[in-house]
Amino acid sequence: MRDQRLWTWHVLAGLVIFVLLGLHMAVMHLDTLLGWFNPEGLKPIAWESVLQRARMGFFTISYIVLLGAALFHGLYGLRNILFELGLGRGAKGLVSVVLALGGAGLFVFGAWAAWTAGALARSL
Amino acid sequence: MTTPANVTFRIRRYDPASGAPPSWEDVTIPYADGMTVLDGLRTIKEVRLPSLAWRSSCRMGVCGSCGMFINGHPRLACNTQVTELGTDLVTVAPLPNFAIIRDLVPDLRPLFDKHAALMPHIIRDDVQEMYEPTGEYAQTAHELEQFLQFSYCIKCGCCGAACPTVATDPEYSGPMALTQSHRYNADSRDGGFASRKQVLATDNGPWKCHYAGECSRACPKGVDPARAIQLMKRQLVFEYLRLYNQPCPSKVVPKATEVKRRADVPEAPAPTV
Repeated sequence: MRDQRLWTWHVLAGLVIFVLLGLHMAVMHLDTLLGWFNPEGLKPIAWESVLQRARMGFFTISYIVLLGAALFHGLYGLRNILFELGLGRGAKGLVSVVLALGGAGLFVFGAWAAWTAGALARSL
Repeated sequence: MTTPANVTFRIRRYDPASGAPPSWEDVTIPYADGMTVLDGLRTIKEVRLPSLAWRSSCRMGVCGSCGMFINGHPRLACNTQVTELGTDLVTVAPLPNFAIIRDLVPDLRPLFDKHAALMPHIIRDDVQEMYEPTGEYAQTAHELEQFLQFSYCIKCGCCGAACPTVATDPEYSGPMALTQSHRYNADSRDGGFASRKQVLATDNGPWKCHYAGECSRACPKGVDPARAIQLMKRQLVFEYLRLYNQPCPSKVVPKATEVKRRADVPEAPAPTV
């Protein structure tokens, strides 16, 4: 039943990516139309705009959630592709462990970076 | 295409007893009206290559024995007119993605082993009723439509021969077995979803399908295995999220003894067996 669980989370992670990446696209590329989360008159990548978003807890959380969802979605897809290369049972186990540990490491590092950036922005 | 005077069959030959690798052999025969690829192979066996081996039975697209790789596509030899190929060169090889037993005969045992493992039959608790029925399992027309098209499968193996995932991963259950599993999961008379899930929800289940859709394109009976596999994925995801309730298998209803035959409908002939 493990693959039923993994596939379900793969689909849910895809939905999370769809929503949060959609938010990112709306903020960054529809700025003249919507102007969300950007001080009036500034570009989304202007320092003041970036600082304003970094100070918001919502964005810090959404960066971490998006990071987790993207890592899980991508690494599970990569695992499936690697499994189709005719690997033996031992090699499949090794691939799973390496991808899980690599994904966890990247998540911890990315989450730390997002959290630290938010804390730094709030202190300025 | 205009009707050709002659047709050349380029046939894949292989005899494991000879130790020689597979090779191609060209045979040209006169075209006959309405000639199917199977008709051509029969003529060739009669007049030119008596040792040529293939599997066939019904000659009308029902038994699923004569699946072959014809001009680059998995097809039924009996169901493929030579003229519909649009060329006077007919290339015939055994179905890909299967081991070859000899000439045009693929080894379909893995296909049927995977099929059997997914329990393609009605599973219910009332075993006594199944073997000694006292009535009929009720089913509405709508319930029938949920699985009817999937029941047209003739197990020819064309979908598996077209599937890119089967080509790279021999452990994948494959479109035929998964479709037949879904055919019973979607049957309102069946209560075996939980049993089949033990096999379906492993790493060789429907997750490996990349939705290339070649299985549905190849199926000579118009079955849509790609759709069945996506429906199965949805069912399993919903089941994991506890959003899917396995409906109770349909109840037994008394046989319709009160129904009278209309006067203009003739009596059924007596049973012959």
